[in-house]
Amino acid sequence: MISLTVNGERRRFEAPLTAAQLIASLELTGKRVALERNGEIVPRGQFDQQPLSDGDRIEIVVAVGGG
Amino acid sequence: MDQLVVAGKTYSSRLLVGTGKYKDFAQTRAAVEASGAQIVTVAIRRTNIGQNPGEPSLLDALPPSRFTILPNTAGCYSAQDAVRTLRLARELLDGRALVKLEVLGDPHTLYPNVVETLYAAQTLVKEGFQVMVYTSDDPIIAKQLEEIGCVAVMPLASLIGSGMGILNPWNLQIIIDNAKVPVLVDAGVGTASDAAIAMELGCDGVLMNTAIAAAKDPVLMASAMRKAVEAGREAYLAGRMAKKLYSASPSSPTAGVIAPAQNKAA
Repeated sequence: MISLTVNGERRRFEAPLTAAQLIASLELTGKRVALERNGEIVPRGQFDQQPLSDGDRIEIVVAVGGG
Repeated sequence: MDQLVVAGKTYSSRLLVGTGKYKDFAQTRAAVEASGAQIVTVAIRRTNIGQNPGEPSLLDALPPSRFTILPNTAGCYSAQDAVRTLRLARELLDGRALVKLEVLGDPHTLYPNVVETLYAAQTLVKEGFQVMVYTSDDPIIAKQLEEIGCVAVMPLASLIGSGMGILNPWNLQIIIDNAKVPVLVDAGVGTASDAAIAMELGCDGVLMNTAIAAAKDPVLMASAMRKAVEAGREAYLAGRMAKKLYSASPSSPTAGVIAPAQNKAA
């Protein structure tokens, strides 16, 4: 069991997972998103090689309307 | 042909528009089309994480293949948060380096924190970003941001979302006169005449959002702004006549006027 903070919300997972698996679990696969792990960018091309660890703080962002 | 050049890239439109505060993405797209803008700003925000799957995406309505997407740092109150936000934006937009930096100082006025803005600009320029920077209308800060390496300086006309127009044209004039990079008015434009005045002063462009989005008919206002920016630019290039309190030089010939009527009643 690991616990991640994703966009400020605590989420628990049965087993360790990669960034790509997290994205899939959030139904965001194929969407234009950017991901930060503990303050560092994880390039989209590396999502499937990036393991996530217990306690990681993850931010996943999109573009929204703004000035 | 008269074109806006930012970071070596040319744009035929000198109007840049934001994408916030619209009713829906269809209205956003219609307003952007009517404005003729080629550069459109977006904000970077946390995605919903499963609460609302299938939510439409702004970048589907405004594809980066068609528009130059300019990510901003709206809502950031420190250099560190602004830099993080733009690193995420660059990743989101496939490595595109053109960004809009704004570091706010106060949630009530949204006035820029120029000290944090300078710090953020230094870091971003070092990391290879092409920084278009929102700032106050302080000519010294504007020059320092240029010297740091920002590709455009964007002083406010008045406070963000206020629609108060250009409060200090004299400061803007000094910034324009001193600048070697494009100067764009960003924030405070309320209606078409404000945009025209900014361009007549010699600004290279105008960036606006609320003036269009908060109009009763945003698409019509977008069209008005397009014309205002074009008209103001042409007036600037044409070179206006000198102002004088009154003129002893009428526009019509003084010779050949018909004989004055005889006043028989006298």
